[in-house]
Amino acid sequence: MTQLALVIDLNVCVGCSACVTSCKEWNTSGAAGPLSDCNPYDANPTGTFFNRVQTFEVGEFPQTETVHFPKSCLHCEDPPCVPVCPTGASYKRKEDGIVLVDYDRCIGCKYCSWACPYGARELDEKQKVMKKCTLCVDRIYSTTLPEADRRPSCVMACPPGARLFGDIHDPDSVVSGYTLMPEWGTQPANHYLPRRKTTITIHEDQLVRADNPLKIDGKLPKPSRQQPTLDDVTSW
Amino acid sequence: MSSTPLHDPLAEPVSGAKTETYTTTCYMCACRCGIRVHLRDGEVRYIDGNPAHPLNKGVICAKGSSGIMKQYSPARLAQPLLRKPGAERGAGDFEAISWEQAFALLAERLGKIRATDPKKFALFTGRDQMQALTGLFARQFGTPNYAAHGGFCSVNMAAGMIYTIGGSFWEFGGPDLERARMFIMIGTAEDHHSNPLKIAIAKFKRNGGKFISINPVRTGYSAIADEWVPIKPGTDGALLLALIHEIIAMGLYDREFLARYTNAGELVNLDAVHDEFGMFVRSEVPKEEGCFDPQNKLWWDRVSDRPVITHAEGADPYLFGEFKLADGTPVKPAFQLLQERVRDYTPDWAAEITGIPAATIHRLAYEMGVTARDQKVVLPISWTDSWGKEHDTVTGNPVAFHAMRGLAAHSNGFHTIRALAILMSLLGTIDRPGGFRHKAPFPRPIPPCAKTPDTPLAIRPNTPLDGMPLGWPAEPDDLFVHEDGSPVRIDKAFSWEHPLAVHGLMHNVITNAWRGDPYPIDTLLIFMANMAWNSTMNTVEVRKMLNDKDAQGAHKIPFLVVCDAFESEMTSFADLILPDTTYLERYDVMSMLDRPISEFDGPVDAIRVPIFPPKGECKPFQEVLVELGSRLKLPAFVKKDGTRKFRDYPDFIVNYETEPGSGIGFLSGWRGKNGEKSLSGEPNPRQLEMYAANNCIHHYELPLSYQYMRNWNKGYLEWSQRNRITRYADPIQIHLYSEVLQSFRLAAQGKGISRKPPEHLRKRVETFFDPLPFYYEPLESQATDRHKYPLAAITQRPMAMYHSWDSQNAWLRQIHAHNYLFVNPGTAKAAGIADGGWMWIESQWGKVRCMCRYSEAVEPETVWTWNAIGKSAGAWNLAPNANESQLGFLLNPVISEELPASNGGTQSNSDPITGQAAWFDVRVRIYPVKPGEPEQTSPQFEPMKPYPGTRPFLGDWLAYFAGSKK
Repeated sequence: MTQLALVIDLNVCVGCSACVTSCKEWNTSGAAGPLSDCNPYDANPTGTFFNRVQTFEVGEFPQTETVHFPKSCLHCEDPPCVPVCPTGASYKRKEDGIVLVDYDRCIGCKYCSWACPYGARELDEKQKVMKKCTLCVDRIYSTTLPEADRRPSCVMACPPGARLFGDIHDPDSVVSGYTLMPEWGTQPANHYLPRRKTTITIHEDQLVRADNPLKIDGKLPKPSRQQPTLDDVTSW
Repeated sequence: MSSTPLHDPLAEPVSGAKTETYTTTCYMCACRCGIRVHLRDGEVRYIDGNPAHPLNKGVICAKGSSGIMKQYSPARLAQPLLRKPGAERGAGDFEAISWEQAFALLAERLGKIRATDPKKFALFTGRDQMQALTGLFARQFGTPNYAAHGGFCSVNMAAGMIYTIGGSFWEFGGPDLERARMFIMIGTAEDHHSNPLKIAIAKFKRNGGKFISINPVRTGYSAIADEWVPIKPGTDGALLLALIHEIIAMGLYDREFLARYTNAGELVNLDAVHDEFGMFVRSEVPKEEGCFDPQNKLWWDRVSDRPVITHAEGADPYLFGEFKLADGTPVKPAFQLLQERVRDYTPDWAAEITGIPAATIHRLAYEMGVTARDQKVVLPISWTDSWGKEHDTVTGNPVAFHAMRGLAAHSNGFHTIRALAILMSLLGTIDRPGGFRHKAPFPRPIPPCAKTPDTPLAIRPNTPLDGMPLGWPAEPDDLFVHEDGSPVRIDKAFSWEHPLAVHGLMHNVITNAWRGDPYPIDTLLIFMANMAWNSTMNTVEVRKMLNDKDAQGAHKIPFLVVCDAFESEMTSFADLILPDTTYLERYDVMSMLDRPISEFDGPVDAIRVPIFPPKGECKPFQEVLVELGSRLKLPAFVKKDGTRKFRDYPDFIVNYETEPGSGIGFLSGWRGKNGEKSLSGEPNPRQLEMYAANNCIHHYELPLSYQYMRNWNKGYLEWSQRNRITRYADPIQIHLYSEVLQSFRLAAQGKGISRKPPEHLRKRVETFFDPLPFYYEPLESQATDRHKYPLAAITQRPMAMYHSWDSQNAWLRQIHAHNYLFVNPGTAKAAGIADGGWMWIESQWGKVRCMCRYSEAVEPETVWTWNAIGKSAGAWNLAPNANESQLGFLLNPVISEELPASNGGTQSNSDPITGQAAWFDVRVRIYPVKPGEPEQTSPQFEPMKPYPGTRPFLGDWLAYFAGSKK
């Protein structure tokens, strides 16, 4: 069974928000659009985004980590947002596991957003329907886009290539990783990859080698001839 | 309930819509990625990265993805505007005029200036990627008063590196992360280059390289660094000098590289009474004088134990020691002098200054040195060096660095960056795999050949300037000064105050013009620079200067012209506003004559093409210059009979040649009658078409043997000469020791026959023109009571915003609608400031009320904020109560553009060598607001109002949907 999903590599995500606005520009004019913005040029602008990056700090100075954490619908294998929907507007596609909202059925009751433990759903305050990531379902199956472009907008945009897209059930797929809050039993399809640290170990013998150029120029540290030596104190 | 959705999520939302796709070049920042603009029924459907573009390879950033909201922004200007008679500058009272009126007015005014005293016209531009045209216009006009924004951006990075290795970061070169094993990023550098660096860092990390970030703040790319080394701002020079100390002390330098490719082994004259003291000993007078290093210097040969001409067959220089020439002249190799210089710059010494533990500095030096030495990259690429030696391989030492404004924006930045370039050279990483690599047209000779005039006589009525407005001084006689040593330029660039101000000092133009020092001007034309807000130091006072009048009631800066696409803060001070277009409505060139988008493997230039006609009456700034140039009959813009030479800017791009028949023009691709020639060739009438059909780029890939070691690569240098990219094909030796600097010092010491500095600047020139890098506390810090102002304050640029440009962008402003001052919790608590609380940040120059955000990702003696998020009320056509002006803030009001000078006057708050604006030197204190103070940013300014022709956004909702509504 196919389960399409994103794997987000926190090891290389620099928090640039390319995924945030590339998603917005594709989807606002796409099948799931428009994505409304309230007070766009006024105080407290707020709008519908399928994808946001949260940045937070872990640890205390100087052992601080700054984490950029992109968040969107995780397309759970057991999505709690689906059974709570009173109109059947929230549904999970059998063919690829994508969780979608049928705007024509949605009454904006927000039950789904209460049920979602990840805070991934946003009510479009203008249209009064619930909106969320579609995995760019209108791109990936498009018959008009070139083959290479049939990928989610955020995946194509991501400069460090931190967003991988594929079938999480396919053992040959590039996508795997860890899941968010597994204790909720939602089996999120989207996965995350952790930070990894590269260190360099220097051994002392690497610092005093035979090919040290100081030998050529006669500067390898040696005591001056005036300093005391054994010759000064003993004749054996 | 039916399981079939009512709404088909795959259906094309608009059936039968007309779709089109065009390729062009992004301009949401200066990175210049390739983009595809997709239209639906004539409106922008989406913009994505062009996969066929060498720079971004299909990716795109948050800004680039939000181009739609720039194109349709309500802050866009739509027609030329003239300040209403009697209205104050800054009040924003304008009336619309026609372009014909605007041109007539400008042509008359500028014509009079040109016929009398051309220097009374000053042209300064926020953009430095249009210099091929703007620089030409200024020169043809005859004014020396021209520069782009480099002086307040990162000129120290350009000058410090180019005066040392003949190339620099960003457009001119960069880290080769494809092959590096270790990458060290120092200071804020996120914005130059943006997407290419993100792509490269991710790949580098995935390949298991170690990424170290040295920065007072851990944000941006530093977040994913394997190691974060917090450092106190302005102390990077101390760290770099201590690293050099360790690398030399442990013998971790690349001796072979230093001996052959740098001036490490060259003998310096140490006869203290000699006029040539501190200069290299020459074996003979060069046959030809030119802009290159003659190969006439000496080594002390280890093999024969006597002085020989450098690179003599079989010779190998001593790098250490002291020797006496046959005539008794005492000499030392330059490397010996460097070693003596860094002797006391120990890790323990640097630890005190930088706040980095000495053990960390030792370890960093060892990691760099051992990685460079033991993980060599050897490529089977044969090449021939400048001395005729053939090499079968290219060797790289895989340690790469990157830095930009974090190092540059300090008054000690030039020497800091020289130290960085020297460290990179000691590790043997220059134009080698895994290290630093050049991008064409670099490397250039040290210094590059372009020169300004050296006398005010070069400025004559109705005559082009006899020389370039900007250049690269090689010695005191190259300075652009009067007989008495006083400055010729309004910004005092290339004077004894800032001799190597190779990008000018835009940050002092308004203050100098207002004060009439060195002289008053008549007309100031500013293109795309927000000098009444975030692009100026001392924002509050500069705004007053812009509107200040003399006793007769006339403005001290008589006429102010601003060209911009948006209703920026600066536009409100203009007498005349010229509405520019967006990047989707114009032709542009990323030219080899300016700053192209070259790759490591060879030259690349690019164009922008218009996808849409200009909005309303908007006109690209280039068209304005071509029109004015024609009306003013500037020689390059008219035929012999005085009639107009170029129909418009596209015509100019295609047909302009640097000299008649030179075959060199703005673009290097598809030259020749039928587009069959590259780099040079006669104009091709279909050139722009051919660019447009080829992703708007021209990429000339060099043969592999020309791609490395280009400072000394005979094949490359001769190729470069044949194609007239350089005049000389001589090797470009790395200047560990800088004779250029020493020549200025000698002048200050009264030696030799060159010009001498005026008395009040003698000590300053002697101190700072040190041929070897040294560390000094930033000048503002030296002039500050550090006890009263204990903290450093700096800014970083958010990746989703470009300067002040994007607050009018409905999507991007939702990511950064207002900013906080980030303070280490320990520091904030000690000052009694709560997380999220209102506070004051105050320097000796001014103060700002803002909100505090605790952060563990900033070193305790530094506070910082995002740059240019704060806006003036009503600016950029935002509502007067928008978050940007009420909660957001600028740091600029606490930063001064001047410091007290030794002669009792003032001097630019800049690097004393290059004039680089010392933004990051400011020292501050912080304290909480008093009870009852308003919860609002201070200072506030009179809200700006919409101009004629701009359309404020009506209603509460924006629901963008391209093309016909569904």
